[in-house]
Amino acid sequence: MTSAISIKDLYKTYGNGHQALKGVDLEVEEGDFFALLGPNGAGKSTTIGVISTLVKQTSGTVSVFGKDVATHVYETKLDLGIVPQEVNFSLFEKVMDIVMTQAGYYGLPRALARERTEKYLKKLGLWDKRNNRARMLSGGMKRRLMIARALVHEPRLLILDEPTAGVDIELRRSMWEFLQEINDNGTTIILTTHYLEEAESLCRNIAIIDEGRIIENTSMKLLLNKLDSQTLVFDLREEIEPSAFTALSIERSRLVDPHSFEVDIGKDEDINGVFQHLQAHNIGVKGLRNKTNRLEQLFLARLKSA
Amino acid sequence: MLANYKYIAFETILVKEIRRFARIWVQTLVPPAITIGLYFLIFGNLIGRRIGDMGGFDYMDFIVPGLIMMAVIQNSYANVVSSFFSQKFQRSIEELLVSPVPNYVILCGFIAGGVARGLAVGFIVTLMSFAFTDLSIYNLPITILVVLMTAIVFSLAGFLNALFANSFDDISIIPTFVLTPLIYLGGVFYSVELLPSAGRIVSSFNPIFYMVNTFRYGFLGSSDVNIVWSLGMLCLFVLVLYVICIALLRRGTGLRH
Repeated sequence: MTSAISIKDLYKTYGNGHQALKGVDLEVEEGDFFALLGPNGAGKSTTIGVISTLVKQTSGTVSVFGKDVATHVYETKLDLGIVPQEVNFSLFEKVMDIVMTQAGYYGLPRALARERTEKYLKKLGLWDKRNNRARMLSGGMKRRLMIARALVHEPRLLILDEPTAGVDIELRRSMWEFLQEINDNGTTIILTTHYLEEAESLCRNIAIIDEGRIIENTSMKLLLNKLDSQTLVFDLREEIEPSAFTALSIERSRLVDPHSFEVDIGKDEDINGVFQHLQAHNIGVKGLRNKTNRLEQLFLARLKSA
Repeated sequence: MLANYKYIAFETILVKEIRRFARIWVQTLVPPAITIGLYFLIFGNLIGRRIGDMGGFDYMDFIVPGLIMMAVIQNSYANVVSSFFSQKFQRSIEELLVSPVPNYVILCGFIAGGVARGLAVGFIVTLMSFAFTDLSIYNLPITILVVLMTAIVFSLAGFLNALFANSFDDISIIPTFVLTPLIYLGGVFYSVELLPSAGRIVSSFNPIFYMVNTFRYGFLGSSDVNIVWSLGMLCLFVLVLYVICIALLRRGTGLRH
């Protein structure tokens, strides 16, 4: 299968001497939903900048669907849609004009541009706002507008740099569904995010970048399997006294409050034993959840070890 | 297919530029009309009546071409420098930079936008001049050619300014400290014959002096400069500025890090 993105030995040193990328190698397969994670200043946006040609690499190569972005400018840019981290459209223009103008930059004839603009503004719930000036939109709407703009030329590869930052939960979930839908329809997606729950639920493969280097590049499943233990929180139907809880003798457990307790479960252990203890004492469980996001645990551990 | 795509991209940039200056017409079209109207009234009409002839023509007839040219120069420059720098400042220029639009199409789109505003203001000012004098054109092709090329030169210069600008101060320095003195000393209000020989030599290094005089030739059939030499110089300016702008765009100066 062709690589949607192939980055080889990418270095970037800015004019002020800051070395943002120190030999990044990355492959993203066509059709993938890929997460590029890393702390602030790790090099995520610089990497995306080089792919989109807004940042000039010091050395190394970037190919999009097998074509070098430096030598096949027209073809590679046609295949690429970018949703940047910061709002970068004119706030004084109308929503419709912003998307139509972008379509024009990609050479779409007016009728087709109008059709696509309508399609994506409707899909992203912005059609009613089409005649509003962009400055009148809420933060979430502005992010959706950037997604509509990036999709108007129907790229094969969509790169989203923290698309859901500052977006409320309901809207974030609807954006996830939308991104999942376009990925299911064949668009390769690369996502950077600080919401690790987002990466875990959407992405099949993942790379972690830190201080300009890729320190982890694997499938989400394999990465999550690396987790040695996880902490589960049991929410109880009724209050439990500390003495009664101690009497349960559940290994590696702690009472959090009268209504819940947490247990550390090893990678190869199951939780049937905990339920047996609870059933034996007629204690009802109302709910069960991870104390922290599993990917978040791994992410922090991996950064620490790097 | 490829050529058609480039044409659509060019047209998109041009339409966007025209839409921008038309949307803010109170800032872009009205002020130059008022300013130049006041020049017509005060210099041309009130003071001009006492001045009498200039270069063999009624003073009002003498300054009208220069004032039209002044409006064209200032507005073609201002349109490109403010539009392009605003897009840099808001980062909306990235919309264009991540797209496959070639550098020369980007440049031509912005230049066409600058020319459109320069000519729109020039047209308004020309219409206003009819209230003060019966304007006739001696040589229409020269008039059109020189106004068009001047608008292109100053649109290119505005683009160059915007590429290097890092703040709004940077886009007002050149118009205030370079462009305005060159225009005022470029023979808009007087004939070079009035200057002492040293002044004439200094004027010969001012490109706007040639543009204003060639444009005046188009209207009045009389000029302080050689028309062929002037047109040749305008071509050279267009060429040199175009090459510099393209080279800077290719390097990503002020745009790509």
